[in-house]
Amino acid sequence: MRKLPLWLKLAAGATFAFLYVPLLVVVAYSFNDSRLNAEWVGFTFAWYRVLFNDAEMLLAARNSLFIALVASTCATILGTLAGLAIHRYRPRWLPLLVITPVAMPEILLGVSLLVFFIQVLHLTLGLLSVVLAHITFSIGFVAIIVRARLAGMDESIFEAARDLGASPWQTFRLVTFPLILPAVVAGFLMSFTLSIDDFVITFFTAGVGVSTLPLQIYSMIKIAVTPEVNAVSTLLMLLTLVLVVVASRLDKGFMKGGE
Amino acid sequence: MSIRVSHLNKRFGNFVAVDDVSLEVDSGELVAFLGPSGSGKSTILRIIAGLETADSGSVFFAGQAADHLHARKRGVGFVFQHYALFRHMTVAQNIAFGLRVQGKSPGEQGARVHELLDLMGLAGLGERYPGQLSGGQRQRVALARALAPEPQVLLLDEPFGAVDARVREELRHWLRRLHDEVHVTSIFVTHDQEEAFSVADKVIVINRGRVEQAASPAEILDHPATEFVARFIGEANVYEGVARGGQVAVGRLQVPADGLPDGTPVCAVLRFYDLKFWKEDQGIARVARTMTLGDRVKVEAVIDDGPVIYSQFPRRSSLLAGIEPGCRIHIEVTLARLYPHNVVEGITVSA
Repeated sequence: MRKLPLWLKLAAGATFAFLYVPLLVVVAYSFNDSRLNAEWVGFTFAWYRVLFNDAEMLLAARNSLFIALVASTCATILGTLAGLAIHRYRPRWLPLLVITPVAMPEILLGVSLLVFFIQVLHLTLGLLSVVLAHITFSIGFVAIIVRARLAGMDESIFEAARDLGASPWQTFRLVTFPLILPAVVAGFLMSFTLSIDDFVITFFTAGVGVSTLPLQIYSMIKIAVTPEVNAVSTLLMLLTLVLVVVASRLDKGFMKGGE
Repeated sequence: MSIRVSHLNKRFGNFVAVDDVSLEVDSGELVAFLGPSGSGKSTILRIIAGLETADSGSVFFAGQAADHLHARKRGVGFVFQHYALFRHMTVAQNIAFGLRVQGKSPGEQGARVHELLDLMGLAGLGERYPGQLSGGQRQRVALARALAPEPQVLLLDEPFGAVDARVREELRHWLRRLHDEVHVTSIFVTHDQEEAFSVADKVIVINRGRVEQAASPAEILDHPATEFVARFIGEANVYEGVARGGQVAVGRLQVPADGLPDGTPVCAVLRFYDLKFWKEDQGIARVARTMTLGDRVKVEAVIDDGPVIYSQFPRRSSLLAGIEPGCRIHIEVTLARLYPHNVVEGITVSA
């Protein structure tokens, strides 16, 4: 690699520090043996013990995982189908329709889903409404990733399968699906992290009964940023990091924009 | 199985890709579609395979109309220019694909794969992935895959376009030998005349979506049917002129035009090898330069009051004696082809 000038290295270092130091501070304080996020006293796992004995927190975590699993599974199926359709039929409006929720301000999406669920569907807010909301904003991500993968493929492999006597279903099962599988899994993981982390849309669509991890953290910091919040944030961060790394490993186009 | 194509038409938007094409390929023949890029030759091939639908016209296999047959029911093996191998499958799985989707037993698949790996000189590579093979090997895998379901017809779209020159040469010989062994009716598309003439039994020259000539390689070389064929095939000088007194004047060079009425506009095509140059001080042209091309020498001369003319001779030819830049030469036209003149666009004349 070319040697970088000093000022560029400093600028890069400052940028990364700005991005990651706050996260590292949270991680550090989650192991701090003090009620206050003020000074370093000593190392402890106490806050993690508190965390794993906090029934409300555990319920919120269970809700989050359940929502993320169901929502990202549905979003992956629908998003993959959308990606395939966009690639195959090149419809004029479908890409826009699928991708708009991705670009839409979350607050707007949250408010409109709330209104839609209550006034149009007469739905009681709860797990179902949160799942539906999360599917809504995840489909677009999956569709984009799957379509990017398809766009990089030589169209003639599908013709070859057809010419060799494969039915459309056989072509999908034996050729198309195995080739887009990394993108599908990457899309799933992406939806999963989006769902686990989502606050704004969840806040509007969860109603009073249901709490998720981000909602629970928010309600706790209204009082004070306790080390327990640091601990749960650290775990959430770790999960997200693992999922993003796995997703990017699976689908190179996901990070680098095509192979 | 014989193939007949009748009055085929295909447009892409405003572009006429195939313009009323009719042609025939006999059972067991190896035929080349030869033409410049964009001439529609690949489109015709894809219509025969059922990968593209014609706007009008019909394709017959052994006399039976196949227009309503889906590509997968046509029994046609297709080899794509860029191999189109399934990169997530091994070589053996690629070759077995056609048999697998037909529901053949693993035993049958294995036997056929083994047989084809041997036939293609790919023995021992069955467990590799396409990404681990060279270009030439990949193309042979693509061929094996197309042949595995024992198609009645084999179609190859620019099959050797993506490999380097030496491998291309090898694959050509190899396709010819394979065809002599398997005897499946085959059509391959190429823009390379050498490839068409050295491999095919019959060459169909295609230009701007039309068939210009369909004949044996020798027939096409000796009797080009149209001005396009004469210009496109071989290396030739092309001049436009008007017949006068049974001749067409190209500068001081008189090209024989027996029997043509005075005033007829013609296009004269003079092949390099239908010209003789020899040194003569009272000659009608002056040598501008000579170029050594391997075992041949190409001579560029300027006709007095006329254009440049090229010819080519074996390096040791007696005709070359004393020919050097600046000397004067005489030119003898042993054979001239004259075509009623109409402007042909988009043709690069090799000279």
